Amino acid sequence: MPTIEFKGKTYEVDEDGYLINLNDWNEDVAGFLAEQEEVEMTPAHWEVVNFLRDYYAEYKIAPMIKILVKAIGAKLGPEKGNTKYLYQLYPAGPAKQACKIAGLPKPTGCV
Amino acid sequence: MAKVKFEVPELTGEIAIPGLKEDAAAAVKSHNAPAKDMTDLGFPTELVPDWKEKAVAKFAELLKKYRSLKVFMDICVKCGACTDKCHFYLGTKDPRNMPVARAELLRKVYRRYFTTAGKVLGKLAEAEDLTREVMEEWYTYFYQCTECRRCSLFCPYGIDTAEITMAAREIMDTVGLGAKYPLQTINKAITIGNNLGMPGPAIRSTLDFMEEDVKEQTGVPVKFPMDVKGADVLLITPSADFFATPHVESLAGYAKVFHQAGISWTLSSYASEAGNFGMFNGNYEHMRKIAGRIKVAINELKPKRLIHGECGHAWRVAYSFWNTLIGPFDSLDPKYPAPQHICEFTYDLINRGALKLDKTANDDFVVTFHDSCNVARASRMGNSPGGQFEIPRAIIRATCNKFVDMHPDTIREKTFCCGAGGGLLADEIIDLRIKGVMPRMQAYKAVKDSHGANFFALICAICKAQFTKVFPYYGYEMEEVGGVHQLVSRAIVLGGKEGI
Repeated sequence: MPTIEFKGKTYEVDEDGYLINLNDWNEDVAGFLAEQEEVEMTPAHWEVVNFLRDYYAEYKIAPMIKILVKAIGAKLGPEKGNTKYLYQLYPAGPAKQACKIAGLPKPTGCV
Repeated sequence: MAKVKFEVPELTGEIAIPGLKEDAAAAVKSHNAPAKDMTDLGFPTELVPDWKEKAVAKFAELLKKYRSLKVFMDICVKCGACTDKCHFYLGTKDPRNMPVARAELLRKVYRRYFTTAGKVLGKLAEAEDLTREVMEEWYTYFYQCTECRRCSLFCPYGIDTAEITMAAREIMDTVGLGAKYPLQTINKAITIGNNLGMPGPAIRSTLDFMEEDVKEQTGVPVKFPMDVKGADVLLITPSADFFATPHVESLAGYAKVFHQAGISWTLSSYASEAGNFGMFNGNYEHMRKIAGRIKVAINELKPKRLIHGECGHAWRVAYSFWNTLIGPFDSLDPKYPAPQHICEFTYDLINRGALKLDKTANDDFVVTFHDSCNVARASRMGNSPGGQFEIPRAIIRATCNKFVDMHPDTIREKTFCCGAGGGLLADEIIDLRIKGVMPRMQAYKAVKDSHGANFFALICAICKAQFTKVFPYYGYEMEEVGGVHQLVSRAIVLGGKEGI
């Protein structure tokens, strides 16, 4: 099993660098994962991460992109409630890249 | 993961046959499956010590079980008709991605262990021992085949190359060499009921969201029902329709069509997946288990009809294999095909004048249609040959004013694969996916240049995910990718039941 080292601690990750244990996640680790993805975390990025984590806590899966888009629009203003904006925040895709930084498993299937 | 820049093929609008570049794709490998998924699926977690004997024994078993496989091993005369027909060869230039060369990786081992000449003469009879290196080659190149069967169309003997790939993968799985993306997906479909691993409450939350969203947009309370006993129609659709964009826009389209037709319908939380990756890896038992959930849902919900959403390989499984896997469908109303494709259903309503469609709603688009490989070459729709080509196009023409087909050598039965089917929609092989889609992108560029095409209509969840991902690499917007029922969703006039 691959691992990552951060601040003297070892974390198990899968082959794509997603945390294996949900409980390993904290904001520091998220910051480290974001750095590796070359994503600079702004308050807007954290809104996405926090929404993903809250949704996951309830439903055991990340939300549909359309739900995320609407939630971000409601929080940050309607001009930001669109897929393009999410891709500006997370260029490698909100579902996969943002999930990774949020410490959630990688989505599988035809997505 | 730091951003990696990929070499993206240049778009010229032409599909050129490339010069050979030995080993060009030799380093492209799918991740190995995690131990948990291997164990859950009944495979060893790593290569077993007696892997060679086990692999040869499994090969023998498959040759006995599938006479077709034995014929395909024996009959190839290396005429070369298939060589330039594969999108992966055209895109990667790697000669081992010529279908005949890829199949040769298995054939040379077949000759060594199952033909007299090969046993006696070895290399002189083009036979080779099954070594660790050969097995590595199998793993590399049989996961560089999307099982699209374009090469088979051009083979004078009709050799089904996909079946060869399936056999090789099944042998590798058996000895402990499995690929992560397809096997993890199969495991989730078997244990949770869909490829995404989406629990029932999450699906319901998504459907609630869609009900609100459609109401907001149209003012009409279109329902997205789940687990409703006694509904007329049970809809089996890919779980990506509950998660991804643009997939969900087609889900909205199906719901609006059912609403407008006044036909009650339901989804099932237990059978919440049309896709069946068991086929990709040639494992009958996995296929049966995944499809088995649909039988359970039919027994519980007691629908009269079984309708299938936009999913390519799944339609092959449904059309060709469901009857064997989970049939006969005696409890369903015999007046209707079982299963029936959502395109057949919508097309029938359009023909009867039961749907009012406002084509101007799609006036921003010049639409083209990409035939998905498993629909095009492994199934049918409607009552006449070629229905799988005509029916989706007829729906598109009924929903927009501007439609253009891509070059005839790249559509219908000659369609090029999206480059990610067959269990290859994995991120670690994105480089291969970008190169494999090249022929299709050239054909799309040509109709962009000639007709201004800007909407790429699809009826497959894998195609939708792949094109959304690769379009930006080629400089195109991901918003150009969408579903056929997304066009229906935009054009359909909800309200008064004119025509029924």
